[in-house]
Amino acid sequence: MTPPPGSAGGLLNPIVGSLVMTVIAVLIGTPLGILAGTYMAEYGRFDKLTTVVRFINDILLSAPSIVIGLFVYEVMVAQMGHFSGWAGAVSLAVIVVPVVVRTTEDMLVLVPDSLREAAASIGLPRSLMIQRVAYRAARAGMITGVLLAVARISGETAPLLFTALNNQFWSLNLNAPVSSLPVVIFQFALSPYKDWQSLAWTGALIITFAVLALSIVARILAAQRKTS
Amino acid sequence: MTVAAITVPTVTHALSQDENLVEKVSVRNLDFFYGDHRALKSISVPLYHGKVTAFIGPSGCGKSTLLRVLNRMYDLYPNQRATGYVTLDNADILSPSQDLNLLRAKVGMVFQKPTPFPMTIFENIAFGIRLYEKMSKSELEDRVRHALERAALWDEVKDKLGANGLSLSGGQQQRLCIARTVAVRPDVILFDEPCSALDPISTAKIEELIDDLKDDYTIAIVTHNMQQAARVSDFTAFMYLGELVEFGETTRIFTTPNDRRTQDYITGRFG
Repeated sequence: MTPPPGSAGGLLNPIVGSLVMTVIAVLIGTPLGILAGTYMAEYGRFDKLTTVVRFINDILLSAPSIVIGLFVYEVMVAQMGHFSGWAGAVSLAVIVVPVVVRTTEDMLVLVPDSLREAAASIGLPRSLMIQRVAYRAARAGMITGVLLAVARISGETAPLLFTALNNQFWSLNLNAPVSSLPVVIFQFALSPYKDWQSLAWTGALIITFAVLALSIVARILAAQRKTS
Repeated sequence: MTVAAITVPTVTHALSQDENLVEKVSVRNLDFFYGDHRALKSISVPLYHGKVTAFIGPSGCGKSTLLRVLNRMYDLYPNQRATGYVTLDNADILSPSQDLNLLRAKVGMVFQKPTPFPMTIFENIAFGIRLYEKMSKSELEDRVRHALERAALWDEVKDKLGANGLSLSGGQQQRLCIARTVAVRPDVILFDEPCSALDPISTAKIEELIDDLKDDYTIAIVTHNMQQAARVSDFTAFMYLGELVEFGETTRIFTTPNDRRTQDYITGRFG
């Protein structure tokens, strides 16, 4: 547990809090992103709507994360009347969606039309063609996209400051404030206490390694795609 | 979905009279547009059952376009449309009520570049079969084996059915695609320059295969290679600038063409 200044403790609650919120954010954001990306690449490739959505998605992709935090604060925290883990997960999901939309669309567009035509030529309906052929061909790239989104949100502090806040106690209640690694690092690093500062360093190391590991896995998957 | 049968006036071609030709596919007054560009101009041509019909002509003359009308592949893309009549067994396939997936199961297509699906050799074939028919595992294995035998590929892959289809050589991949097409039991098979990406030995195998398949199917082949057209086809259609210049028995087209342009093309004066 995160300790009061001067006493012994660790980072279990922020680690678990971060993991839980990240998982929920990915569970919310990935299906939305994949569905939208699939629509853009497969069904609406020639539509005006796709161009508009792609443009807005690109803006969202580079939106400052603090703006996303404030947005979720306004629509969730202010409405519910308290900070919560759900609000934190949703704000992270808002960051996940544009990343996944972009990679899904890009990877599906890379699937050659000849493969689509071949699938159509044996009488495969478009929905099945997408599920069985296009997704299979684009799978590695799409998973890479999701991993990159996870890497991105695992270090985000700003969206959590206004939504999940922080919690110095052990709590898995997502209707209450939830602790997270980035916010604890932020808080402890700014504190005057030596032991808090060293915990902040530890947290930073954990996040760095986690993101590094994710990026390596993503790289390996991307390399596999090239060779296959 | 049922499609109302429409009667199409039968056009008699000056062909050998001793044969009883069944007109499986009829194209009548077909126009095709890419946006505003008219790529096919009033094409009328028959495809006979049990025969191979070759479409020759210089690049951009519309032969691939014509092939892509026969299974309505063009429907995948916007701004492409066809007008006129194309009938398969006397049912209009250009009708908006035509079920495209059913049509494409009946009119198979083999493409210029081999396009195996990113799955195992077995799955590549089984995939299409399962789509339309429910069957037991052993029946399915029989069907896959039969299709691979039909495509003269069985002996080469029988020990590695679990390998990825992409691990085969180009010629084998193309035969895998033919097996995949045959497996769904089509009536018509369209070949769109099936050998242009293959070496001479693989080409010879594919040609042999086409000759082998023709008794049971109606086959159309687009080719740039006139020797190939002469070797594999019974009928030849020469197309030029979106028009069908001449259609007839291959031996006649290649020996005594009626049209000057046909003669110029097959003697290599242009194209």
